[in-house]
Amino acid sequence: MEKITQANEEAVRRMLDGDPVLVDVIPAVEAIPTMGEQTILHSGPPIEWAHMCGPMRGAVTGIAVFEGWAPDLETAATLAESGEFSFHPNHNFDAVGPMTGLTTPSQPVLVVENRTFGNRAYCTINEGLGKVMRFGGNDEEVLNRLAWLRDILGPAMGVALRDMGGLPLKSLIARGLTMGDEMHQRNVACSSLTLRELAPAMARTAKDNNVLAEALAFMGGNDQFFLNIAMALGKALMDPVRNIDGSSVVTAMCRNGTDFGIRVSGTGDKWFVAPVEMPEGLYFPGFTENDANPDIGDSTIVETIGLGGFAMGASPAVAGFVGAGSASEAGNFTRTMAEITVGENPEWTIPAMDYLGVPTGIDIRLVVSSGLTPTINTGIAHKEPGVGQVGAGVVRAPVACFEQALVSFAESVGVV
Amino acid sequence: MKQVKLPKAPLQVINVGLEKFSEDLKNLDVQVIHVDWQPPAGGNTKLAELLSKLGM
Repeated sequence: MEKITQANEEAVRRMLDGDPVLVDVIPAVEAIPTMGEQTILHSGPPIEWAHMCGPMRGAVTGIAVFEGWAPDLETAATLAESGEFSFHPNHNFDAVGPMTGLTTPSQPVLVVENRTFGNRAYCTINEGLGKVMRFGGNDEEVLNRLAWLRDILGPAMGVALRDMGGLPLKSLIARGLTMGDEMHQRNVACSSLTLRELAPAMARTAKDNNVLAEALAFMGGNDQFFLNIAMALGKALMDPVRNIDGSSVVTAMCRNGTDFGIRVSGTGDKWFVAPVEMPEGLYFPGFTENDANPDIGDSTIVETIGLGGFAMGASPAVAGFVGAGSASEAGNFTRTMAEITVGENPEWTIPAMDYLGVPTGIDIRLVVSSGLTPTINTGIAHKEPGVGQVGAGVVRAPVACFEQALVSFAESVGVV
Repeated sequence: MKQVKLPKAPLQVINVGLEKFSEDLKNLDVQVIHVDWQPPAGGNTKLAELLSKLGM
């Protein structure tokens, strides 16, 4: 099938040619004017209230109060159950979101522009650790932080990014890989590099030194601050790869806490969905696997572009953090993922693996043939809303998604 | 049935497929290398046929 080979080469070419730049932070309603009234964008493939997991429900009720659509959480739940809110995947609106991943009109979103292809992608700002909405948190502390992101940090980052003409991300990721990040469960290097780049512009454009200090302390105090930037980058890189006739390359992988979904270039925006799996990993003191929610979030866009679990070899520290074995075994994950990908990225390399490029372009044929499913590094959320992160681990994408996709893909190229 | 005689020299085994066999041999102090292999599409003949038609 020469057609498939050529289509997949084109898919990887577009991934590698992308030039993602963080250009702005603006309210979601300005970035995505088509999202509509009382619309809640969520992580993963499509899902309705009745099938949402605990953290997702907790986040939905909290965000409804935050947006002023409900006076309290109980009323918000009643409204959600009666169909007052419109739920759609982030992926349908050029967006992604971590864990519960809710995007609503007034939240500020990071804007990453792919300057090669002219498209933009969006992701909310990382809230930090502890009690946060992405893990289902919805109390006053959580909503107050969202308001601070909306009113203070978002506008401060936006004006600074416009002042400096944007922050190129491709080279920043390359440096982060050499400093031990894999951009999913370890972002300490890229977060620090981002702060170093943004701080002068934020200082130049700040009107109040105390506010500036608060903003810089928030960014510098969160090792995962860059994750959401990496996610918007991933979405900006993958969207131009959609709809290549004959390509069996995966363009999106995501989870909503109930289902895992993938999209494939040659089959357009069709979802292939299977029940999501439970991560295996290490739990924070006081928590066990009995507390864990199944896998959740759009952050698997990071693995879709060859980072995260695919770049485990760059980040031996993460292998220990997620319970994936010894540091010396980290490279095995990357080598294994190379067996299900079309090529490697010559600009994103891993020094400890003799500058091997990260595995790039997941081919559903290789996944189904080998039975090797994508390795995903992930945070583990408590199954009850509001508790937060209880651990970190590794989870595999369910092979059933890829098997369904293969059958549909075969039909799309006239093979039955 | 003809009885096969095992060689007198120490066994060196390459185990293909089920890992449990290699673990049992290791427990008996037999030198073994395990090859992680499974049939295409995990043995699903319908999918394996599709894969073949799709150039795999």
